[in-house]
Amino acid sequence: MTDWLLEATTTHMETVYCMPQSLSAQPTHYCPGCTHGVAHRLLAEALDELNMRERAILVAPVGCAVFAYQYFEVDGCEAPHGRAPAMATGLKRVQPDKIVITYQGDGDLASIGAGEILHAAARNEPITVIFINNAIYGMTGGQMAPTTLTGQRTTSSPFGREGEPLRMSELLAVLPQTAYIVRRSLHTPAHIRKAKKAILTALKVQQAGLGFSMVELLSSCPTNWGLTPPEALEWIEKHMLPVFPVGDYKVSEAVKEL
Amino acid sequence: MSRELLKGNVAIAEAALRAGMYAYFGYPITPQTELLEHLARRMPELGRVFLQAESEIAAINMVYGAACAGVRTMTSSSSPGISLMQEGLSYIAASDLPCVVVDVMRGGPGLGNILPSQGDYFQVTRSAGHGDYHPIVLAPASVQEAVDLTVLAFDLADQYRHLVILAADGLIGQMMEPAELPPMRDLPTERPDYALTGAKGRPPRRIASFYLQAEAEEAYNQKIQARLARIRQSEQRSVEYFTDDAQILVVGYGSAGRIALSAVQQLREQGLPVGLFRPITLYPFPEARLRALTAQAAAILVVEMNAGQMLEDVRLVVAERVPVHFYGRMGGAVPMPEEIVNALRQILQTEVLS
Repeated sequence: MTDWLLEATTTHMETVYCMPQSLSAQPTHYCPGCTHGVAHRLLAEALDELNMRERAILVAPVGCAVFAYQYFEVDGCEAPHGRAPAMATGLKRVQPDKIVITYQGDGDLASIGAGEILHAAARNEPITVIFINNAIYGMTGGQMAPTTLTGQRTTSSPFGREGEPLRMSELLAVLPQTAYIVRRSLHTPAHIRKAKKAILTALKVQQAGLGFSMVELLSSCPTNWGLTPPEALEWIEKHMLPVFPVGDYKVSEAVKEL
Repeated sequence: MSRELLKGNVAIAEAALRAGMYAYFGYPITPQTELLEHLARRMPELGRVFLQAESEIAAINMVYGAACAGVRTMTSSSSPGISLMQEGLSYIAASDLPCVVVDVMRGGPGLGNILPSQGDYFQVTRSAGHGDYHPIVLAPASVQEAVDLTVLAFDLADQYRHLVILAADGLIGQMMEPAELPPMRDLPTERPDYALTGAKGRPPRRIASFYLQAEAEEAYNQKIQARLARIRQSEQRSVEYFTDDAQILVVGYGSAGRIALSAVQQLREQGLPVGLFRPITLYPFPEARLRALTAQAAAILVVEMNAGQMLEDVRLVVAERVPVHFYGRMGGAVPMPEEIVNALRQILQTEVLS
């Protein structure tokens, strides 16, 4: 042990950064530069800060986050592809005092699970949805997603995507009964701080029983975009933000009063 | 308790909640809709969970969620709806979760029709979606039996942490007859030790069915197979009529079995040596009793409201020791006792009297 470290341990120091209790200490399986890890950490920090870890239940999707339940020190389960909102509905209806969270990618939520997310929102089901939008199918190796940008090349749209991507926050926010639907991004520290705040609000919405809450997070997929991690973050700024503007798409009156 | 005049679908619904069902999720489809309608009124009255889902796919995944929370839960549907549920059933199966699914079978394939059928025998006994699994499958032949088997279904589901399907046909769901309902059971005060209730004062619990390594997935499959072996050992159920000296044995379940009984009774009144073997459990198939009865029979007639699905299980048990004949009606057509009488007379002439 070096002298300076010895000195440090004998001096009173405030902890300003540590492993969240809600996060499991284990190596990540996500690719270098992927922002799933950032999203996981934000959710874990929010659960800690709101003292929700011991009553949280996480519903993992099918996709890159299929093992999400292993990264959190909370009860967890695994939904069939796209069905997390239906499974979360079953979990929440029989134990309304728990905090039920789904964590879903764009293929899971916006393609195969479009029906389940729409109806969970339409019922104003009091669950919290963390929606990772990286404009591509990651786990299967870079195919076109419903959120793939117009002209974007993927392994299943090799000549560039035709048509328009689905904008899920905008789509769900037209339902008058929903409580809180916002889009944030994970490509810069400033955006990450705003994303954290939105996740905290979404969980508070559920705790207060105000209804359906969803935080869409623009995320990077350097591996399947064929970019380096820094280039991928720039790609979010340059290509995704114009199509998927960050912002508050639905904040009900009751949520504003929180 | 006393007997009441009850419609099959309503009787199943009421028996389920009296057996302690805390959460029901369903989607309308004929001929099971009265079941959903009854619970739409009764479950909220009792302060329990009723939800009409946006699809059968959502309904079975809501059941999956409620089963993860450790409560008694159920859905009901009819053949095309059960087809849609296969994905969720496979996940429930692979998560060792108990739940009950009611299938009030109708004519198929495709949209088919809304008339009584047993065309789902393969669908419900062979697997639950993809992978190696068999639900426990119970087949009632009367409204009273539907009530009794609904209660049994919840108990078996919990005992084995296994999926149980009540395979009724459209006749059982739609007919009215006197039946006695079970007493109302108290809901359990504690959740089972696998339930996802929040990791308070204990390590987190995880319910999942994802094994990346072949060895791990195979080891898990062996656990399922060991449980199925226990179920086959302990849960074979059937009833027999006039089988003591039967030379021709009719095998039929559910409504087909009940109609076959009328045919068997007619022929017995004429002194002809026929008997009926009616499986209650379609899985596990009651092979031990059927094997024993096969030893004394000269021929077997399988009667079903399909093209011959249980027929394959009967043939496996009989193993060509005696001739196995088949009489079936399809597409929602229901056999009359006389049709079965005629089929039996032909067999009597060729296999027994000749």
